[in-house]
Amino acid sequence: MTFPGLFNYWVAIALMMIGFYVVIAQENLVKKVVGLNIFQVSVFVFYISISKVKGGSAPILSDGIELYANPLPHVLILTAIVVGVATMALALALVVRIQDAYGTVEEDEIREREESS
Amino acid sequence: MAVTAVALAWLRNLFAVVMLSGIFTLTAAVVYVVMDAVDVAFTEAAVGAGIATVLMLGSLVLTTAEEKVQPRRAIAPLAMVVLTGAILVYGTLDMPLYGDPSAPAHGHVAPRYIRDSGREVGPPNIVTSVLASYRGYDTLGEVFVIFTAAAGVIVLMGRGRRFRGRAKRDAKDS
Repeated sequence: MTFPGLFNYWVAIALMMIGFYVVIAQENLVKKVVGLNIFQVSVFVFYISISKVKGGSAPILSDGIELYANPLPHVLILTAIVVGVATMALALALVVRIQDAYGTVEEDEIREREESS
Repeated sequence: MAVTAVALAWLRNLFAVVMLSGIFTLTAAVVYVVMDAVDVAFTEAAVGAGIATVLMLGSLVLTTAEEKVQPRRAIAPLAMVVLTGAILVYGTLDMPLYGDPSAPAHGHVAPRYIRDSGREVGPPNIVTSVLASYRGYDTLGEVFVIFTAAAGVIVLMGRGRRFRGRAKRDAKDS
């Protein structure tokens, strides 16, 4: 099965748009964090697909292999994954804090409570 | 993978959502292996699917496990998303094809890393040499970010516990 050469970008865009939709359309804050996570993974897929070289192997030096995938995006994404989890932990801590303060994690209910108080 | 993501958007039970997002990240890890990024796949499977899922479950325990039913499906966000996606797809039409060895991303410093890192740094894994040696400052910055995030989490959660104590006292008084 062969795909057109731009298929990898389209997959990344589709994932990104799903994540984007979850972030802007859902009211639940935990769901929003999950949506951000999907968005993030789409960017990772985009970078990793850029680093792929046709006929190349994983960037580990060994005899008899001349063509390697580009190691630079791999390094950037390694960093980005770990940073992403750290920021997600911060976001979830904020959500827990909001639950403490308002008793809910639904955005519209929070807004109602803000206006009525 | 896209199917899992769509299911994620539709499901209401947040526990199922968290489990599905674990599956989603594992699928992403498989995709990375297919695209020759073994180190990234390791990290994604361990950190993304493992730690992130545990964190989410922990926060579900502290909040609610069920999402409220939304009265209507908003059409404006959907239109917005489709529009943005169409513009992005239009933007990809100029991009280099998948796996093209002459793409601009493969120029500049990347060939030098591949050629010289074995001699200059040592380990056979090029990703390791770039991460720890050529781009050591990046990794240092990453450590700072993680430290800041951890400090923020500790501050927030510590306050939260105190706040809950106060809320209970207020409830008793009234």
